[in-house]
Amino acid sequence: MATAKKTPVLSAEHVTMRFGGLTAVSDLSFEAYPNEITALIGPNGAGKTTVFNCITGFYKPTEGKIALRHADGTEFLLERMDDFRIAQHARVARTFQNIRLFSGMTVLENLMVAQHNKLMLASGYTIAGVLGSGRYRRAEKAAIDLAKSWLEKVRLIDRADDPAGDLPYGDQRRLEIARAMCTDPRLLCLDEPAAGLNPRESEELNKLLRAIRSENDVSILLIEHDMSVVMGISDHIVVLDYGQKISDGTPQHVKTDPAVIRAYLGVDEEEEERDALAARAVAEALGGQA
Amino acid sequence: MPVQDVSAPKAQGHDWWAIGKDMIGTAIVAMLIMWPIVAWKSKITQYSLEIEPRWTLVFIILALLLATRLAMHLFVWNRAPSPVAAAARPATPAKATLSEQIGPWVFPVLVAFAVALPFIFHFERRPIDLGIYILTYIMLAWGLNIVVGLAGLLDLGYVAFYAVGAYAYALLSTVYFPYWFGDGIVPWAFYITLPVAGLLAALWGVILGFPVLRLRGDYLAIVTLAFGEIIRLVLINWFSFTNGPQGIEVPKATFFGLPFKAGPGGFADFFGIQHDRIYYYIFLYYVILLLALLTYFVTNRLRRLPIGRAWEALREDEIACRSLGINTTNTKLTAFAIGAMFGGFAGCFFATRQGFVSPESFVFIESAIILAIVVLGGLGSQIGIVFAAIAIMGSFELFRELSVFDNYLPEGTDPVHFRMLAVGLAMVLMMRFRPRGFVTRRQPTVFLKQRKAVSGDLVKEGHG
Amino acid sequence: MEYFLQQLINGVTLGSIYGLIAIGYTMVYGIIGMINFAHGDVFMVGSVTAFLVVLGIGLTGGSGLLLILLALIMVAAIAMIVAAAYNWTIERLAYKPLRGSFRLAPLISAIGMSIVLQEFVRVNQEGRPKPVQPIVTGGYEIMHRVSEAGEFIVRLTNMQILIIVSTLILMAVFTVLIQKTPLGRAQRACEQDQKMAALLGIDVDRTISVTFIMGAALAAFAGLMFFLYYGVTDFFVGFLAGIKAFTAAVLGGIGSLPGAMLGGLVIGLIETMWSAYFTVEYKDVAAFTVLIIVLIFMPQGLLGKPEVEKV
Repeated sequence: MATAKKTPVLSAEHVTMRFGGLTAVSDLSFEAYPNEITALIGPNGAGKTTVFNCITGFYKPTEGKIALRHADGTEFLLERMDDFRIAQHARVARTFQNIRLFSGMTVLENLMVAQHNKLMLASGYTIAGVLGSGRYRRAEKAAIDLAKSWLEKVRLIDRADDPAGDLPYGDQRRLEIARAMCTDPRLLCLDEPAAGLNPRESEELNKLLRAIRSENDVSILLIEHDMSVVMGISDHIVVLDYGQKISDGTPQHVKTDPAVIRAYLGVDEEEEERDALAARAVAEALGGQA
Repeated sequence: MPVQDVSAPKAQGHDWWAIGKDMIGTAIVAMLIMWPIVAWKSKITQYSLEIEPRWTLVFIILALLLATRLAMHLFVWNRAPSPVAAAARPATPAKATLSEQIGPWVFPVLVAFAVALPFIFHFERRPIDLGIYILTYIMLAWGLNIVVGLAGLLDLGYVAFYAVGAYAYALLSTVYFPYWFGDGIVPWAFYITLPVAGLLAALWGVILGFPVLRLRGDYLAIVTLAFGEIIRLVLINWFSFTNGPQGIEVPKATFFGLPFKAGPGGFADFFGIQHDRIYYYIFLYYVILLLALLTYFVTNRLRRLPIGRAWEALREDEIACRSLGINTTNTKLTAFAIGAMFGGFAGCFFATRQGFVSPESFVFIESAIILAIVVLGGLGSQIGIVFAAIAIMGSFELFRELSVFDNYLPEGTDPVHFRMLAVGLAMVLMMRFRPRGFVTRRQPTVFLKQRKAVSGDLVKEGHG
Repeated sequence: MEYFLQQLINGVTLGSIYGLIAIGYTMVYGIIGMINFAHGDVFMVGSVTAFLVVLGIGLTGGSGLLLILLALIMVAAIAMIVAAAYNWTIERLAYKPLRGSFRLAPLISAIGMSIVLQEFVRVNQEGRPKPVQPIVTGGYEIMHRVSEAGEFIVRLTNMQILIIVSTLILMAVFTVLIQKTPLGRAQRACEQDQKMAALLGIDVDRTISVTFIMGAALAAFAGLMFFLYYGVTDFFVGFLAGIKAFTAAVLGGIGSLPGAMLGGLVIGLIETMWSAYFTVEYKDVAAFTVLIIVLIFMPQGLLGKPEVEKV
């Protein structure tokens, strides 16, 4: 694998997460590489969202180490950082399985909130802002321009002044991605971005994610059940089952890995194509929770 | 979820049997509620405690209740949902646009009226007093609105910051300033203490805010209530510092050093006008008007700053906030601190207006009233709060005027007591019929093409 | 040692009263997830009702023991029924229509209801506290020692025995009710999942109503005991007692019945010990401080289950 030579942007080492007696993730190690799309797949209850929550700091892993490296060589040990510091300093942004937009705020406001730390600095931690400093006004204008450019990319520019809660489901998914991108992240964690999208919308999502990866200095980590999305765009796939890694590699490798087929289907030998279809069917039948 | 009524509406006809059963049930429950608390009034006579029966009153109430309920059965609850009501629905958006059209004018008109009020009423004492009273509560409610309405943190102990401000003025102006700087400072004490009171209250906001950050919902509400009560209990019991329940006499404010007194050196003398006590009240009126406007404009500007947006985002979804790198701890603390600061300003003003502070002014009920104003106004809406404060505080004043009750109430019962009963009932009814308050729509803080108000159904109310 | 023992007895007595009130908070919180802010005032209604009935039937400490006991059972029954009627009505009028409304609505409505109850009683019964002569008198000296330092007596009054024993009986009856009857089962089912319970044919509305009635009955009994113990009651006793009982409920682990009783005892003991060994003025401050500490550091309480934040 060519990717193995690069320095990983994210490396999880021996991560274990226990809730009381339940071990949701056990001794998981994997890596994600710069400017790649890494997919985290696995049957429902495999612990994928728990991994996300450990990476983004919402849970503290019981054991193990999660390191994030920026291009300039700075390293962050995520398991030691508060969730908001991970977003602020390590620059990890995420979306949520059940969309968490600020539904009572407008689309534009959602994107402005995402640029909070930058604007906070420009407003002199509010004090200069209250006094009406020109620096803040300029910073706010720049923030609005950035928001506009993202709204154009996700095709929501016409709805900028509408409340986020009024958007249809697919638009909300895209807005959540745009909001995460407004924090200027190095690692973007997407928790089932294609859930609930129709085929046309998932195709569009594929395009959007590819564009994000090629136009920004960002790596993407993806949880997804929709195999057309996973196989279509990922460079690298990690498969989890019962909190343990059962396979890790390129889409081609994972598709043919007997361990994966066992985990999804409980049988040994199957056609490649049917695996993917069946796995998707299973995942869909079990609904949208990981 | 549909609102379930006590009795489900019937499509047609009267089910007399059901109505009869309901009437009997109502009568039994009503009698249990009224006997013995209404029917048996305990009285302290010269020698002992006695029961004074009041069955006439009970049966009058019962008859009224049953008659109302019967009327509801016959004329209201048995109606099928009328086509009129359905047809009336599309009218709502039209009304909303009308209110949006006049919306920008409401505040300037209110301010103009407030500025002109002393002149409109020809310097009469009562309207000015009422104005001061209502403006104080408007200011308090605007302060609390930052915490509850914007940041979505339910604070039931807000009155504590009001107390901090009031006691800051009382103690500094009577004890510490004369001790530190000599008596010459006292006329200026109000002006010096005002910012100090605000800062002290903000500091207390942080101190009290810090431990409660992890809490949400009802627990947060109860803890803030407990903090408010602790402050009041300390004020009562720390006799050597606060003079306990007797309270502290505080000096009046001056007009930038000119005392409002007759004779040379006074305000009237300086400006060469006839001395009149009313000038002091007019002065106080404009002071509180200025303070309230300061609160309004600062809050409005804060809403358009990242901190204000972060407050509202926090109310909408705390977890999403953290995922965007917002330090929710600091965000909550600033909300507590800034809300508390305005409470502190108001408290400082209150102390000088009353000329006296005591722990009695800072009971839980005060917090509840301020909260009721915020909720009735519409969480987050500053204009709504103005109308809510006028409605609630104005109706308090009405109760003061009501002497009709005097005749058939036993002596010792003050109609003023009914006003708290009314506040409680108002809170319950409000939650039932207009839980979102007067102004339900939220104004966005930034827009690209057009400022469109956000419907209240989408706006969340926070974690408590 | 004697002093401590005496405080222990006093603390357990007070704790029993708090525990009985706390059960109402815990049950209501368990089943509909709201703090019935007016619950303390339902306790007050029970207390004032008991006071009025005692006054109305002219019960005094001079009557014979059996007569007093029978009369008190009657008074307790009346107070419990009246308070139950209050709480049932409150639930119907102020909480039930708000189910599914925005989240703060029930709490604000409950605060309003608390004010209504207080003022309703105040308007009807005046604000002044009205003391009555003690009704249950006498007691036992369970320890009496004279030493150089002075005379030490540990007393257990009949009133304290009455409170502790009747609390134990009520608790036993109540536990059986919750664990062994279909009603209790319905209640526990509603606590777990109201929608599912409704799908399985449980009348959720009725179960909630019954919860409020039971909570009120226990609070009213505590109200009677409170009134007998202190010999005085007024419209405002519910506020403090309510907050302390709520603290007890949280301390024990909200939703847990044994927890409520345990929490009540702990709060009662803390309050008495604080008054005995530190300052009596700050005993309420102590109770509030305990409330804050418990909510902040152990919101799941002694016997409750911890909650995991769902992302």
